[in-house]
Amino acid sequence: MAIDMEHAWIPNSKEEIKREMLDFIGVKDVLDLYNDVPKDILISEDKWNSLNIGMKRPLDEIEVSEVVEDVLNKNIVFGPRKQFIGGGAWPHYIPASVRYLAERGEFLTAYTPYQAEINQGLMQTLFEYQSMMADLLDMDVVNSSMYDMASSLGEAILMAARIKKKNKVIVPEVINPFHLSVARSYSAPHGIQLKKYKIDKETGYLDIEDVKNKIDDDTIAVYLEYPYQFTGVVDINAKALGEIAHEKQALFIVGVNPISLMLYKPPGELDADIAIGEGQPLGLGLNFGGPYLGIFATKWKNELVRQMPGRIIGLTEDSSSSNAYAMVLQTREQHIRRSKATSNITTNSSLNAMIAAFYIALLGRKGLRDVAEAIWYRSHYASHELKKIGLDSPLFTGEFFGDFIVDFKKDFKEIRKNMLKEGILLGIPLANYVEWATESWGLLSFTEVHHKEDIDFVLNKIREFM
Amino acid sequence: MFRQAKWDEPSIYELSNGREGIRFSHINDAFRNIMGEISIDASVKREKDPQLPEVSEVEVIRHYTKLSEMSYGVDNGPVPLGSCTMKYNPRIALRYSSDNRLAFIHPLQPEETIQGLLKALYDLQFWLAEITGMDYCTLHPAAGAQGELTGILTIRKYHEIKEQISTKDEILIPDSAHGTNPASAIMGGFKAIEIPTADDGNIDFDAFLASLSERTAGFMITNPNTLGLFEERILDIERNVHEKDGLLYYDGANLNGILGKVRPGDMGFDIAHLNLHKTFSSPHGGGGPGSGPICIKNRKVVNGITLKDLIPGPMIYYDEKEGLYKIKWPGRYSPGLLKAFFGNVQQLLWTYVYILSLGPQGLKETGEVSVINTNYFVKLMEKYRGYSIPYGKRFRKHEVVLSSEPLHKETGVTAEDISKGLLDVGFHAPTIYFPLIVKEALMTEFTEGETKENIERYAKRLGEIEDIARKDPEEPKRWPKNTSVGRVNMVKANHPKTLIPTWRIKILRERGLIKTLR
Repeated sequence: MAIDMEHAWIPNSKEEIKREMLDFIGVKDVLDLYNDVPKDILISEDKWNSLNIGMKRPLDEIEVSEVVEDVLNKNIVFGPRKQFIGGGAWPHYIPASVRYLAERGEFLTAYTPYQAEINQGLMQTLFEYQSMMADLLDMDVVNSSMYDMASSLGEAILMAARIKKKNKVIVPEVINPFHLSVARSYSAPHGIQLKKYKIDKETGYLDIEDVKNKIDDDTIAVYLEYPYQFTGVVDINAKALGEIAHEKQALFIVGVNPISLMLYKPPGELDADIAIGEGQPLGLGLNFGGPYLGIFATKWKNELVRQMPGRIIGLTEDSSSSNAYAMVLQTREQHIRRSKATSNITTNSSLNAMIAAFYIALLGRKGLRDVAEAIWYRSHYASHELKKIGLDSPLFTGEFFGDFIVDFKKDFKEIRKNMLKEGILLGIPLANYVEWATESWGLLSFTEVHHKEDIDFVLNKIREFM
Repeated sequence: MFRQAKWDEPSIYELSNGREGIRFSHINDAFRNIMGEISIDASVKREKDPQLPEVSEVEVIRHYTKLSEMSYGVDNGPVPLGSCTMKYNPRIALRYSSDNRLAFIHPLQPEETIQGLLKALYDLQFWLAEITGMDYCTLHPAAGAQGELTGILTIRKYHEIKEQISTKDEILIPDSAHGTNPASAIMGGFKAIEIPTADDGNIDFDAFLASLSERTAGFMITNPNTLGLFEERILDIERNVHEKDGLLYYDGANLNGILGKVRPGDMGFDIAHLNLHKTFSSPHGGGGPGSGPICIKNRKVVNGITLKDLIPGPMIYYDEKEGLYKIKWPGRYSPGLLKAFFGNVQQLLWTYVYILSLGPQGLKETGEVSVINTNYFVKLMEKYRGYSIPYGKRFRKHEVVLSSEPLHKETGVTAEDISKGLLDVGFHAPTIYFPLIVKEALMTEFTEGETKENIERYAKRLGEIEDIARKDPEEPKRWPKNTSVGRVNMVKANHPKTLIPTWRIKILRERGLIKTLR
């Protein structure tokens, strides 16, 4: 007889209830329900209970809290005012009401809205995400999320390959290396080649002549990261790049930080065919890498919309002609089309898309502009002050937003290590991640969470270490 | 009596009234004084602000509170969507996965400063390996389907390194498989070869043998399958696939039913993914995010290379010399990363809390009670002649697929109508019309998280629906009545002339400024 394993999360684990159910089913022992599993692979209770799973026994809620408090306390947590690091994920202020709405159980514990009528609110929220994102991007159709920007890029490349049926994509030399790795993983099985176009060593802008040399009749897409996440540069040749792409019948894919678009021309105005982006700045934590929010959008063109990956919510009517929402164009998706689907994606990042909707709705036009300007001012102020102390700052002289590279003229890793001792997490040692950077280059980042005195404190420390 | 909230709630755009939802007072003043006005090169300067709504904080809260009241999750009642494993999402795990001490850890924060977190993730890698009977796990993939792609890319790499990829171009997949399986195989550059299901719910073994060849790169299967049935000849399948040097891939979506009873590793699988948002209780969030770690057996590829070297995604190891937990990023034999950075760490911490809470004994109980719940429901449904249970008499595991084809033939009432009749009494419907091999399918999975009482009510309601359908077959066509809207017009939703995927398209349409999408 098994020990009593009643557990609060398993309502029918109560012994007498379980017994009653087994009797009704007509079996003596629960093991009888597994009588079709080959005997030699059934695992014995003794063996299973001896495995290294958790603490080898159930812990109660108080015990669990103690263990997890320990896990969380054994890290050095740099508060938002003490970390100056970006490169694809940035510390931002998360408003209390956004957090609250994200934890509403009706949203949090819902599944994909396969039953439209009982999940209208969820779908309206996702529709509002798609709509507000479309306005930020100046694009027409936005899906209800991908996993993150990197996977959005992978999917955008596969989409371009389905439309253009050739195999070359050109990407910037300074592309976020994590995104490049993902783009390669997605592309390689289909023989798609990723070629890099050069960046000017002075300005950080793309080299138009090099793009013209690299692009050819096999090119299906040209990708622009905007701003470049590992240099912070906002490329003033963006529009020209799109024109070159379109002359060669290639798709123009633009990857963005949505907040920057309050200040900079959106992908729609740049004539992008596909816009992707990282939605993490819109109310999401850093969480050591995820989950984030992959933005994916297209222009209103049949070939683009029909080949788009992911779930889309649309506005329609119910049986009494009231407004109603539904998942649309599902014939692109794996649960209907299986091997002919545009992607295998099903679970995506819906809750994070809803959080982005709460965030954008709360901040509104003015709040978002305040945040975008705060990022611009803080990064430009810090860069300006660093230049004053004789550093190459910003290393690239072009337009930049939020992140910028400083040449510290000595090993940046050492400076970063010294800063850790001061309770500050300073930047990314670029040479650890990309081959185009030297050991002395650090990528610094500033957002609205930093007060002037926080930045001045860091600047003073840097002066000391120089 | 169930009545869902029915707010006539406008869109956030219609609510916009120029108010401020949050005010950052003067955050830029000090900087503006020093730096002057922002200057941006005209070539990239945005000239026109986006048309975003502007409302006050209380209006935002009320708007989305109303919308949440018109939504439905496990917190509201049973969500027995088959193959989705919608179990209770314990709040203790929410507390820690949304803790600020995690929220502010940057993905490139130095390893030596996050030893507590890395140790927890390291332990989780091992626990998942133990639970699945595999050798190593990476916690990297962002969801089940991404785990599948990760696995498929690993299979591809295996055959590339063995220099046999030119002949190994097929992945065998049962016709009962989740749609993600064939879609993932195609994304990984393979052909998907479908294997039919036999009358007993196992794969048609002769058809399997006929499809198996030198071209077979791998075999993807979920076991128990989507009929809730255990694949009885799994060991024969394993032997045959390995004889052709194919790899065996385990789709972990249905793991819940065999937790603590039989492990993918013991069945001979080489690669398995897990859905943390199914088996390990992290919430589904209306569609995600989830997490889909993959675990592997450390099979030899060629001399000096094993599957561990191919694994895409980072793995945590303990560096004894330095006494530190560190991350090993994918090496030269790996396909590369599938998402930026480590993984979906909120879901990973959630799972850590869940496994600590249950221990091996609790996980076994989870598996057993989920199977008891399924078979209790099956037994309750036996007396209703409007529903049949195709594919034999065997005990089901995590789920069961009912067919309402008998009722459909008799009355014209469809699985969709039935699902709306369930919504009307406050139950979420099962997964309908899947798997494709069952007509009028109602794929039902209560998980261990549902009460006996609700399972009984659910069965009773299916019986009532049957009675109503016989008395007045038109009545179910008018359902649902108690949800926030009536039956949604899917034709209009999808028609190229009426499709509205964003607010701006709605406005352009009203003004006649948008072309038909074709």
